[in-house]
Amino acid sequence: MSAPYDEEVTEGRVYTVSGNDWSELVDSLSGQQDQQLVVNMGPQHPSTHGVLRLVLNLDGETVTEARTVIGYLHTGIEKNLEYRTWTQGTTFVTRMDYLAPIFNETAYCMGVEKLLGITDRVPERAQAIRVMMMELTRISSHMVAIGTFGMELGATTPFLFGSREREMVLDLMEYITGLRMNMAYVRPGGVATDLPAGAVDKVGELLKVMPGRIRDFRKMLDANPVYLARTKDVAYLDLTGCMALGVTGPMLRAAGLPWDLRKTQPYCGYETYEFDVPTERSADVYGRYLVRVAEMEESLKIIEQALDRLAGPLKGDRVMVDDKKIGWPAQLALGPDGYGNSPDHIAHIMSGSMEALIHHFKLVTEGFRVPAGQAYASVESPRGELGAHVVSDGGTRPYRVHFRDPSFTNLQAVPATCEGGMVADVISAVASIDPVMGGVDR
Amino acid sequence: MTDNLPEIPEEPIARTGMFGATGTGDTSGYGRLVVRRKPELATPRPYGGYFDTIADELERALGADFGDAIERVVVDRGELTLHVRREHLPKVARTLRDDPALRFELSLGVSGVHYPHLEGAELHAVIHLCSITHNRRLRLEISCPDADPHIPSTVSVYPTHDWHERETWDFFGIVFDGHPALTRIMMPDDWDGHPQRKDYPLGGIPVEYRGAEIPAPDQRRSYQ
Repeated sequence: MSAPYDEEVTEGRVYTVSGNDWSELVDSLSGQQDQQLVVNMGPQHPSTHGVLRLVLNLDGETVTEARTVIGYLHTGIEKNLEYRTWTQGTTFVTRMDYLAPIFNETAYCMGVEKLLGITDRVPERAQAIRVMMMELTRISSHMVAIGTFGMELGATTPFLFGSREREMVLDLMEYITGLRMNMAYVRPGGVATDLPAGAVDKVGELLKVMPGRIRDFRKMLDANPVYLARTKDVAYLDLTGCMALGVTGPMLRAAGLPWDLRKTQPYCGYETYEFDVPTERSADVYGRYLVRVAEMEESLKIIEQALDRLAGPLKGDRVMVDDKKIGWPAQLALGPDGYGNSPDHIAHIMSGSMEALIHHFKLVTEGFRVPAGQAYASVESPRGELGAHVVSDGGTRPYRVHFRDPSFTNLQAVPATCEGGMVADVISAVASIDPVMGGVDR
Repeated sequence: MTDNLPEIPEEPIARTGMFGATGTGDTSGYGRLVVRRKPELATPRPYGGYFDTIADELERALGADFGDAIERVVVDRGELTLHVRREHLPKVARTLRDDPALRFELSLGVSGVHYPHLEGAELHAVIHLCSITHNRRLRLEISCPDADPHIPSTVSVYPTHDWHERETWDFFGIVFDGHPALTRIMMPDDWDGHPQRKDYPLGGIPVEYRGAEIPAPDQRRSYQ
């Protein structure tokens, strides 16, 4: 512990605690008459779920005021998008909410497709692939949410379990797209490349293993007395609070409202899949956990249905819109390094068709033009409604793209869920919101 | 011979040429290409679908104020946009939230767009609303001039706008009057300027790669 600052501070003395010096702090505090303690938590703190900073006013162990400070991971993605083509945009947006990259890409591409007026022409196979990839991502994202939640409360087993299960999904992502994360797989008009040979079998294997793994989670946590003590009736936020604060996703469904865009305002053909929207009425941390676990089970159902279609009626269909002025021309064939062009396509443009070469060149360097206007497209991401507000001035680059990220909005619920509670419950309150700072700060 | 025809007003030029090169830089022949800016949209009735219901109910709820409050209505790409005059925003928002026939309970936040070419309405704030009761969506667009960048805050109606308005202030410099604590949220407190505005450069430095110098992204020659 370092000595108290002799700098001028506005109120009270400043103590800096850097670990293993708790007893020193207690010694120096004994005899002090301070009633209020202001604790600065983060931004570099293992239990704040990323670079989140919390300023807590404590009265004993009770939190009287919780303030949230964000912006430590601001990367200017929205500004950068304005200097790249519409297609290059997917490479940027995928890096926002890095635990759910496919959702960012899909929301963005749906917005661009709406502006282009090609929403109905996106091939069914591409939509089914998007659905399958999104639901796989939902599982991996919820696995991290539940896993890190356990670790932040001091239990390492959920984290190891969650990471192991997430790894299975990431391996699949790598197999299908070439990259584990930030894959820029969904493109305006469809997806970048069709499923490689063997992908259907690999997803099938995951479908066999995953239900047992989720059951393990349930066995370990659902009725675990320590877990229940840390989660039940903690960070209560009822439906009114959720509505006022704009909270969506598992938090809202744990407050009892079955609001899920996949059901209420379906996109990508979700209306043709059979699944339920799990809800809880407890509006606490435990309810949010139950909703997340049940959602993973529902996701498995959706993946199974999508897989049946991809292997059955939709086999061999296109995965990119049938429009040579928009569809990405490269027809990638996955190489061992995860990247690669199809030799057939290169032969076609280099020695077969002059027009194909021109189209390839124009689309790749200039990109397509998007008619002027604005559109808003939203998807149900693992954290709630992820919306993309996309504005075009008629050029080859976005005029403005704004992401309504659910983590950003849901984080506003920190004071409402933490104030009046114990300081130890702050950790579980924040973790149950499951904010991803890449999405919050963008 | 065209004297008897009504004069079609020429819209301002949006851009010339294709590459942003002026003078002799553009040898492609596209240098004389002129693209004019489209006029601002305003959709006449009927709007189609539930959009007419929203407009009717809002007109009923606002009464005589409707004409004053709603500048124009745009239906584009299956989305309804109400352009609201800024002084009427809090009332319109409260009506949209509370009226049983409207019930836009959920706001998806505020974002901004900067249109430097729209004189007198350079800065726009865009609010997306969602009615869970009726399963409807609606967009409000509010503009303010760059010289007087003030829009009334709607935090009292939608508390979720707290951070969203701070972000829009941070990135665009729109002052939301009545916000409880309008401070920067993403950029550091002592930052100069508002980065998402079109007159704010992207930044970056030229990079040398194998003897050639690659300019910063916003300095590169590019298609427009």
